Amino acid sequence: MDQGADRALSERAPNSRPQIGGVRDTFAPWEDPAAHPLVRFEGVSKAFGDTAAVTGVDLSIYGSEFFALLGPSGCGKTTLMRMLAGFETPDAGRILLEDRDIAADPPHRRPVHMMFQAYALFPHLSVAQNIGFGLKRQGAPRREIADRVEEMLALVKLEGMGKRRPDQLSGGQRQRVALARAIAPRPRILLLDEPMAALDKKLRDETQFELMTLQQTLGMTFMIVTHDQDEAMVVADRIAVMREGRIVQVGRPGEVYEAPADRYVAGFIGDVNLFEGRVTTSEGGRVRLVGDDGTFEAEGAGPVGESAWIAVRPEKVEVHTDPPPPGVNVLAGRVHDYGYLGDWTTYLVEIAPGRLVRVARANTTRTVARPLGCGDAAWLTFAPSSAVVLTR
Amino acid sequence: MKRDRAGLAAIVPFLWLALFFAFPFLLVAKLSLSDTALAMPPYTPRIDWSQGLAGVQAFLAALDGETYGRLTQDRLYLDAYLSSLRIAATGTGLLLLIGYPIAYGISRFRPAVRNALVMAVVLPFWTSFLIRIYAWIAILKPAGVLNAALSALHLPPVDILNTETAVILGLVYAYLPFMVLPLYAVLDKQDDSLIEAAQDLGSTPLSAFWRVTFPLSIPGAAAGGLLCFIPMAGEFVIPDLLGGSDTLMLGKVIWTEFFSNRDWPAASAVAIVLLATLIVPILLFEREQAKVLRA
Repeated sequence: MDQGADRALSERAPNSRPQIGGVRDTFAPWEDPAAHPLVRFEGVSKAFGDTAAVTGVDLSIYGSEFFALLGPSGCGKTTLMRMLAGFETPDAGRILLEDRDIAADPPHRRPVHMMFQAYALFPHLSVAQNIGFGLKRQGAPRREIADRVEEMLALVKLEGMGKRRPDQLSGGQRQRVALARAIAPRPRILLLDEPMAALDKKLRDETQFELMTLQQTLGMTFMIVTHDQDEAMVVADRIAVMREGRIVQVGRPGEVYEAPADRYVAGFIGDVNLFEGRVTTSEGGRVRLVGDDGTFEAEGAGPVGESAWIAVRPEKVEVHTDPPPPGVNVLAGRVHDYGYLGDWTTYLVEIAPGRLVRVARANTTRTVARPLGCGDAAWLTFAPSSAVVLTR
Repeated sequence: MKRDRAGLAAIVPFLWLALFFAFPFLLVAKLSLSDTALAMPPYTPRIDWSQGLAGVQAFLAALDGETYGRLTQDRLYLDAYLSSLRIAATGTGLLLLIGYPIAYGISRFRPAVRNALVMAVVLPFWTSFLIRIYAWIAILKPAGVLNAALSALHLPPVDILNTETAVILGLVYAYLPFMVLPLYAVLDKQDDSLIEAAQDLGSTPLSAFWRVTFPLSIPGAAAGGLLCFIPMAGEFVIPDLLGGSDTLMLGKVIWTEFFSNRDWPAASAVAIVLLATLIVPILLFEREQAKVLRA
């Protein structure tokens, strides 16, 4: 980030939430029963022909929140967002903005602006005219528009680019113009439809952090739609995971990752190893499960005598070259394959014919030689507190 | 190696242009600088190849711009010239007004219907052009279909065959696809999310059309306009069949000079003047296009 942008950001900082750090942990209006949501979806459903796109969605989004809708393509997340923008009408249910049902409002009368996936910049207008478009429609005076456009250009680090045409900009610059254009008229909530999909990986990583900083600086409510779990994890205060038109789980990134609601969420967010078995005991916050792969213990509760799954993340599994003492959560196998990623090495350990367990080890030292190679015997262990039990 | 082959490929359009445009053009230009003569073909000078280089020099020396001087002396040419441009401009204006809503309407349908409608626009081309214009005579003649329809509605009859109105009607009818297709091409290509973005930022659907759809369709309108204006200005068949003797257009003047008066130099000079006039809008259009491409 260059100096100009630092200045632009810090100037507006006092009247908004404090910068990152501890904020993320204390900002939790959804836990406060007195807090009032900015946007509420109540039993919203939408079908296109015979295909149900969104089914019975209930969701509350709070002021100044950075909310992510996460799911694979076709899960209904974009439809849900487009209903809030006014481009689709719900078949059932209500959408409330500040307690008012906005069903009858056409898109141009909603104080909700959208940053489009392919940016949808007006190619015949300059960058400044693009950014000023919404303000002009609001009938703002010429001077005020000019000032606000300058302010926006500074905010997205595009000072002096106002006279250019969109096709004279790089992909990253176009993305920031699209962002500035949607923010300029001060929407009550900003919708971002796959905002980084068109950027390369390196730029995407930088932009994620910039977007997060920008949102906290402005104190504006953001709702992002993405299929990229990393993106949702980095930027969002809360994530709603969607599947086939329904919301499966809503929670902080950490909650969704460490305490997934079901196998679908566990598998969609990050990698996971699942061990199926029958619950033998469930007491004192511990579950014991016996399955084909062995006996496992995890934190949580489960129905005794029924099927369940133990889920453990690859980075929480320990690898040993010597057999550990027998007990729960112990697996024996051979290294089937490994992938060196620089910061991490991922091992695939075959514990039974065709049964691969994924283990990730951080490469904390500069050793090029691996302790384990393909075909080596390996033993895997994990702590009960590192695993969760899933019943769905 | 690869470069050479690309160069070779570039020769093909070059040869094509040389053979079918540059060579005939030079021929007409040469004719326009010649004088009429009672001979076959009816003009002088002609190159006497038996004299070799001296023959060519003698030929070049005999060329002059006298025919162009004759064009300025007779009001007929100027009148025909202005009336051609006026009729072509009126026709182009009407085509824009009629063609734009048609093209826009087609682009709003779902793809399957869209293709059928484009087909419908092009369909008349499958019938002979001449037959379609003769059909207009049958419609417009005093006892024709139009007047039968008017009298059935208890309206007074109109007599528009052999008038400029009939010519413009015929031109608009015949050239409509040339206006609709380029307009449809730009409107169809337009990203719908631009309209959504405009509405999202506070534009009513109507204002989104005027601020986004319309300005972005101007290249299509310009292409359609040129595609119609240029051939319409030199059109011969439609004014001849529907316009009678009252309608003055350059296409007819060229025909009369060439076949009735056997004044090949005058016919060629008129053709050259028309071409020179029409090249100006083409060049302007090209420059605009180049500007857009460079940006």
